[in-house]
Amino acid sequence: MTDEKPFLDIRNAKKSYGKLEVLKDISLRVNRGQIVAIIGPSGSGKSTLLRAINDLDPLTAGEVWLEDVQINKKLPHRQYEKHINQVRQNIGMVFQHFNLFPHLSVRENVTLAPKMLKGLSDDEAEELAREQLEKVGMIDRIDYYPSRLSGGQKQRVAIARALAMKPKVMLFDEATSALDPELVEEVNLVMKKLAEEHMTMVIVTHEMGFAESVCDRVLFMDQGVVVEEGPPEKIFRNPDNERTQNFLRKHLANANR
Amino acid sequence: MGLDFSVVPKFLDIILLGVLWTIGITAGAAILSFFGGIFFAVIALYTHWIIRLPFRLFEWLFMGTPLLLQLFLIYFGLVQVGIDLPAFVAGVIGLGLHFAVYNSELIQTAIVAVDRGQMEAARTLGLSRGQALRKVVVPQAVRDVIPPIGNNMIALLKDSALVSVIGVSELTLSAQRAIGRTYRPFEFYVVAAAFYYVINLGMEWVLRRIERRIQAAR
Ligand SMILES: Nc1ncnc2c1ncn2[C@@H]1O[C@H](COP(=O)(O)OP(=O)(O)OP(=O)(O)O)[C@@H](O)[C@H]1O
Ligand SMILES: [Mg+2]
Repeated sequence: MTDEKPFLDIRNAKKSYGKLEVLKDISLRVNRGQIVAIIGPSGSGKSTLLRAINDLDPLTAGEVWLEDVQINKKLPHRQYEKHINQVRQNIGMVFQHFNLFPHLSVRENVTLAPKMLKGLSDDEAEELAREQLEKVGMIDRIDYYPSRLSGGQKQRVAIARALAMKPKVMLFDEATSALDPELVEEVNLVMKKLAEEHMTMVIVTHEMGFAESVCDRVLFMDQGVVVEEGPPEKIFRNPDNERTQNFLRKHLANANR
Repeated sequence: MGLDFSVVPKFLDIILLGVLWTIGITAGAAILSFFGGIFFAVIALYTHWIIRLPFRLFEWLFMGTPLLLQLFLIYFGLVQVGIDLPAFVAGVIGLGLHFAVYNSELIQTAIVAVDRGQMEAARTLGLSRGQALRKVVVPQAVRDVIPPIGNNMIALLKDSALVSVIGVSELTLSAQRAIGRTYRPFEFYVVAAAFYYVINLGMEWVLRRIERRIQAAR
């Protein structure tokens, strides 16, 4: 499976904010169905890299490809907007702070984009909402508004909302970092389920245990570069690089405190 | 000469017609001020300065000058450039745009205050900026400012009396007409005041219902 040509391909990504180089020539290839975790200290550029994939934070240089489409193509404004809106339908994203639409019910959160962008009828949208909410275990809250959900429930709805667009790739930016510890597991379970269905995923996380259990590959980033990457057993149990070792040691110390 | 309210019933039809005109003007102008407010807010925040500039001038005109003058300008002034509006229409436009500018200020502040993550989440799903504004950002902003917009609507109702100066037979002008025939200013102004109060109560009732519905959806 790993010898296919890459599904998601980031080539020589560079990103600067003024003089600050946040990404320094990063390349990352993800095959179809692969699950990649990105770990690293705060400010190392993990979110920036993830957000470059769907061009939320455009790169300064480099290319991002999904199958045979270049995502960050240079196009005149109008054409670019059309292109990127199309591309983003294929890329689901889940945020640390959920970003559910508070004025819409759970059902409407899930069906808004499919209805607007794919022209689904009310019946089709209802079926889609039920299917996705079933998957994340939130079907019994379909009529609720987000304010009445717990953090874990919100995040599961947010995942259902992203899945409703039938994306080819899912991006997770610290999906469980804002949750109370006892709510983390329910979200992890949903992500594991997606892993079992061979969803292609890029997961930025601080949860090493989770990363180790679901990911095919782990990238350790520091100061805008990929310091080390490899299979989880390797990175977590026996990293070569001193910076990786230090990071994991510190992280373990913090986690056990 | 004492007070004598027995003259009122004879003129009640004129007064009630005035009430209807007042409600009509207020409703028309309220709707215009609401959607106009959203429109101006989006223009102010999201368009190129070349488009924004005329709206800025317009905003300055409507905020910096008396409403009375604006009504004169729209009704009498525009005739000279070939735009001859019926008094009712001129009144709705004048009042509506005047309050649209005030609503726009409220809505702009509220739009800016909507969490950035909302736009991002919508864009991530593939919505265009316009779609995200329409379905995600603006509805949230508007909900947040329904109470102060409601206050503007009440002010609008009271200012609708100014439209009498361009000859719309709304409540105040109807009262004046009755007074002209009876020389009983106190009685008819009190009656008009009572009707304003009742319309006011009705508006507050509607606004409260809207607020309650929004509260339920949170
Ligand atoms: N809009 C911006 N303007 C300027 N600097 C920025 C901006 N966004 C991010 N940065 C900087 O880029 C660097 C990388 O940020 P990024 O959010 O990618 O880090 P991260 O690895 O996701 O960190 P964390 O674990 O805290 O989420 C940081 O130094 C940050 O301050
Ligand atoms: Mg981050």
